[in-house]
Amino acid sequence: MANIATNDGSAVVIVGSGAGGGTLANELCQKGVNVVLLEAGKRESSATFIQDEWKSFGQLAWLDKRTTSGTWRVATDFPNLPAWVCKTVGGTTTHWAGASLRFQPHEFKARTTYGQIDGANLLDWPLDLAEMEPYYARAENKMGVTRTNDVAGLPGNNNFKVLYNGAQKLGYKKCSTGHMAINSKLRDHRGSCMQLGFCFQGCKSGAKWSTLYTEIPKAEATGRLDLRTQVHVLSVEHNAAGKATAVVYVDAAGVQHRQKARVIAIAGNSIETPRLLLNSTSSLFPDGLANSSGQVGKNYMRHLTGSVYARFQEPVHMYRGTTMAGIVQDEAEFKPSRGFAGGYEMETISLGLPFMAAFLNPGGWGSDFTAMLDAYTHMAGMWIVGEDMPRESNRVTLNTDVKDQHGMPVPNVHYDDHPNDVAMRAHAFAQGRKLYESVGATHTVETPPYPSTHNLGTCRMSADPKLGVVNPHGQTHDVKNLFISDGSQFTTSASENPTLTIVTLAIRQADYIASAMSKQLV
Amino acid sequence: MEGESDPGVVTRGGMLRRTALLVGTIAASSSLAALAPTRAWALGLTTLSQSDGDTLLAFAQTLYPHATLPTAVYALVVKDLDAAAAKDPELATLLRGGTGQLNAAASGTFASATPDARLAAAKSIESTPYFAKVRSTCVTSLYDNEMAYAHFGYEGASWPKGGYIRRGFNDLAWLPNPPTSASPTVGLL
Repeated sequence: MANIATNDGSAVVIVGSGAGGGTLANELCQKGVNVVLLEAGKRESSATFIQDEWKSFGQLAWLDKRTTSGTWRVATDFPNLPAWVCKTVGGTTTHWAGASLRFQPHEFKARTTYGQIDGANLLDWPLDLAEMEPYYARAENKMGVTRTNDVAGLPGNNNFKVLYNGAQKLGYKKCSTGHMAINSKLRDHRGSCMQLGFCFQGCKSGAKWSTLYTEIPKAEATGRLDLRTQVHVLSVEHNAAGKATAVVYVDAAGVQHRQKARVIAIAGNSIETPRLLLNSTSSLFPDGLANSSGQVGKNYMRHLTGSVYARFQEPVHMYRGTTMAGIVQDEAEFKPSRGFAGGYEMETISLGLPFMAAFLNPGGWGSDFTAMLDAYTHMAGMWIVGEDMPRESNRVTLNTDVKDQHGMPVPNVHYDDHPNDVAMRAHAFAQGRKLYESVGATHTVETPPYPSTHNLGTCRMSADPKLGVVNPHGQTHDVKNLFISDGSQFTTSASENPTLTIVTLAIRQADYIASAMSKQLV
Repeated sequence: MEGESDPGVVTRGGMLRRTALLVGTIAASSSLAALAPTRAWALGLTTLSQSDGDTLLAFAQTLYPHATLPTAVYALVVKDLDAAAAKDPELATLLRGGTGQLNAAASGTFASATPDARLAAAKSIESTPYFAKVRSTCVTSLYDNEMAYAHFGYEGASWPKGGYIRRGFNDLAWLPNPPTSASPTVGLL
């Protein structure tokens, strides 16, 4: 492991070790670039992960104070927990379920495909699928995605059997155990899935890809990575020429440090990333670093989401096996005849008893609620993941009235559903209900969105520097040696789970940064 | 229904600074009887009064009614609130005030009111901080413990048992199996 001095300004400094930051770090180290990787959380491992939902939540989740506003129900039910993301080495790749789907071609061109939609700030990506395909292929190979690279699909569990049979009754054609970054056989020194049923709590068998035990140890093995844990970055500094020069961070003992850098890449997830830029003000950037467009923090997206849980006469035991065991993709297409733009995926989901009680109907009580829990072993469930509309008013701002443990203003997350989101969710709930009723569900529950796991768009990619924060390589329009490396870059959210695309963009960005460094462009 | 008359075992800690005592017996027919060292249970409170404890127990049963869930599990809500109140005087005040609110709403003693009267009383205070605190405590105290796991059939941690790959992850037999194109068979580990 490298030991890079704080006054050594020759390395790339990356903030955050999740899907974007962890991947970027390894890709750069493999190319001979020295990297300082700063992670706010502790380093856990498959051995220390806990198969207990609340204890695991305490171990992995990002629990620093945040505030919320807007009409989304999360603001009512979980006012200080807008997002369910992680503060640990590996970031939210410890918690993610593993679904690894490529975008559809039209989803890179949402503005062109969907047209003008009132109240939505739609924009085409300055990228298309053809440009992304070779990088998608590299990401799938890296992650060991099933049904790619000769990796077989995973065996479906009981929850999948219910989904599959219901999908057949509804005439759906695209239902399978999907594309998952979970090993179905030994690969890349990781074992195969033991159907543990705790994908969200960190995979104890290591079958599920996480930067924690793939990218980061591989980067460490190069001798070029300096990983620092339990350090929280407070601000990014720049010089008079408008070039980023250093990050200021506070360590676990509360001591501040200034790490000089040649290039800085921020991958703190779509709430912390804009927060860091907004907290980095100067006379040159009075509204926050790299924010001449005013778009930093805006266009916050979190995917449509919602769940349908159904109960049956016969047992299911949905919690056994992979949490996201299978998918229906027939509704992911753009079919405006349904009355909304974009599409949605239907993916199995399961919660253990403790989280089912907390999330089935937050705030719910009484005999309707308990009747569902009484049937816990007889429940099946699906999660709906759909494209939500970017809106300027859905945004991350600094709440200067509330300070975190470091004395910094906390992020406020504001979200109002767009009418297109409301229409899509209603359609998805109805289809989910029909699917389960077609195979004998006696009762269904429409579960509102959980705190957001797919946080996107707050430093979006744009061809025009006035309309977004970064260019097609995640390089900020304003500061040439400052990059955004997480889901904040997303111009629109598409209907697919975002991790594969975040990893793909990080691989592509690493090529660009290494090339720009060798040409002395940054 | 379990009997509530036998005081059963009393913990030494409970004897020392006890403000109240909740007692009960887990029915022999309950799936939980085998889990407990003894069917009789007792919960000594250190901060809340007998009236507060009885009210909270009845309130938890009103909010989250499960016909066969032993009272011993509901007592965990009272236990957790009593422990929290011991460290937080404002919470203790809130909980004591709640007893009065529920009794007033039930026009008598909430804990001994009919189920319908308890439900109506609970609904009438739904917007209060007391309701929110007790309800949210119920969600974690009632469903995040070994007795609840056993009662509801949740199997908890699977890692010590090798996961479910050999233990029924795909044992559902009341629907046809998907074709292997959609759901491949289990490969070699």
